[in-house]
Amino acid sequence: MRIFRFYRDGFRNMTIGKTLWLIILIKLFVMFAILKVFFFPDYLGQFDNPPDRQEYVSGELIRRATNP
Amino acid sequence: MIETINTSVIDWSRAQFALTAIYHWLFVPLTLGLGIVQAIMETFYYKTGNEFWKKTARFWMKIFGINFAIGVATGLILEFEFGTNWSNYSWFVGDIFGAPLAIEGIVAFFMEATFIAVMFFGWDKVSKGFHLASTWLTVLGATISAFWILVANAWMQYPAGMQFNPDTVRNEMASFWEVALSPVALNKFFHTVLSGWIIGGMFVVGIASWFLLKKRETKFALESIKIGAVFGIVACVLSVWTGDGSAHQVAQRQPMKLAAMEGLYEGREGAGLVGVGLLNPAKEQYNDGKDPFLFKIELPKLLSFFAARDIDAYVPGITNIIEGGYPQKDGTVALSAEEKIARGKQAIQALADYRSATGDSAKQQAHATLDEHFRYFGYGYLKKPSDLIPPVGLTFYAFRVMVILGGFLLLLFAAVTYLSYKNKFETKRWLQWTCFISIFLAIIAGQAGWVVAEVGRQPWAIQDILPVSAAVSNLSASSVQITFFIFLALFTVLLLAELKIMINAIKKGPN
Repeated sequence: MRIFRFYRDGFRNMTIGKTLWLIILIKLFVMFAILKVFFFPDYLGQFDNPPDRQEYVSGELIRRATNP
Repeated sequence: MIETINTSVIDWSRAQFALTAIYHWLFVPLTLGLGIVQAIMETFYYKTGNEFWKKTARFWMKIFGINFAIGVATGLILEFEFGTNWSNYSWFVGDIFGAPLAIEGIVAFFMEATFIAVMFFGWDKVSKGFHLASTWLTVLGATISAFWILVANAWMQYPAGMQFNPDTVRNEMASFWEVALSPVALNKFFHTVLSGWIIGGMFVVGIASWFLLKKRETKFALESIKIGAVFGIVACVLSVWTGDGSAHQVAQRQPMKLAAMEGLYEGREGAGLVGVGLLNPAKEQYNDGKDPFLFKIELPKLLSFFAARDIDAYVPGITNIIEGGYPQKDGTVALSAEEKIARGKQAIQALADYRSATGDSAKQQAHATLDEHFRYFGYGYLKKPSDLIPPVGLTFYAFRVMVILGGFLLLLFAAVTYLSYKNKFETKRWLQWTCFISIFLAIIAGQAGWVVAEVGRQPWAIQDILPVSAAVSNLSASSVQITFFIFLALFTVLLLAELKIMINAIKKGPN
């Protein structure tokens, strides 16, 4: 309970911190809800399981070598 | 360099990663450096009980908080990029690269997050001792966080403690301690953290000088300057020592980077260090016979000493590294780039054979060939030997920017310390302006150091084992371009927001 009050009072008494928290929350929203979802998908996530990913990466590594 | 993937994807992915890393590195060093300064000030408060030190520490803590809040989580975008833009790399190294990053997230980040709350909310609510401990632990958490990130980066420069598994197509950790405590990782950690300390010290001296220029908060400014300048001197001196260690490691592990840093094309015994020089833009090929310099001032034998601790030691140049044939420290003769490329191709072919083999005997034979040549695996992706040469101009000049600015900052800190303790600094307005402007010079020096480290190791994503051409995802260049410009806009807005909030907080002053 004391710890809860410590944090509650701390957040209540913030001045510049409120603006900073707002910026942090907007930033995290943009990062995780927009950038990660729409612009930064896990490229290998298109494959269902690790063996498929292994197969894809090994294929890429072999294919990209010049005259392997 | 590669036949099957558009080089603009590589360049845009590199540009995007560089942009994100540069932006992230605007915040991190200030957190590392300013954190120590504020903790020192609070220690003075703890020891003396003087409210002046409490007020001073709280002011710098507020600036620290603004920087921390805007910078927090910006490093995560780099991890997004690993998964999207560098998926082959991420898979290839996942087990090794993932471990330090996971430790960083779990231990250091939560350590910071716990104690930073006490640091900001705990004034007059917890004991002075507990508060001081929380402040130091916050700084320690940030420093430990930096350590694990730098361990991951150092592994890319010097891959150690791992074994490649052709079944999973991943490098697996064979020795945690070889990864965590490699000489490259330790040098990189200390040198990089110290650069953050220099920036933190310069920031305190520069902002406090601004107060003097405005004829405000004189006592606060002068006392802050004394602490910031002494801290800066200590950081600069230690940085010279760790910089020497870093250069020595580069010479041992990444000789091509060292040659690019020095614009050294033809190796020699008793090689000198180029103090200042102007590269010859007409030199386009390593073997075109043109002088690489329009002019240079060299410090005799110093490069040999830094590289091998022997003023007469042989240091190979770019041409020698490509052509091979020179004796190495371990007594062997260096292979030519052509030979390494041939062995790299054998390693890649062995991987292909292993993956397609059906019988145990064929698998074992392919595995043995792969093991024998794996250290040259990445060379198999290079089309021609000159692909091994990093951008010499950028590496050469960035190194000089870092060193010259570092030397300037050491002299500046020394002058400021002397004048401050002689009570003469308050009247030296030109020096106060110099200190204020030098905040930006310190930031540029830190960024230049990263340019040397990262541009100088091209074309490698992992030294000798994976070039960027094999590490990059098979994306369209346009999609990477779009995210590059989204980032540029987002980062600019965030940076402007930080500057506005920080400038307002500074203008309000400690009272």
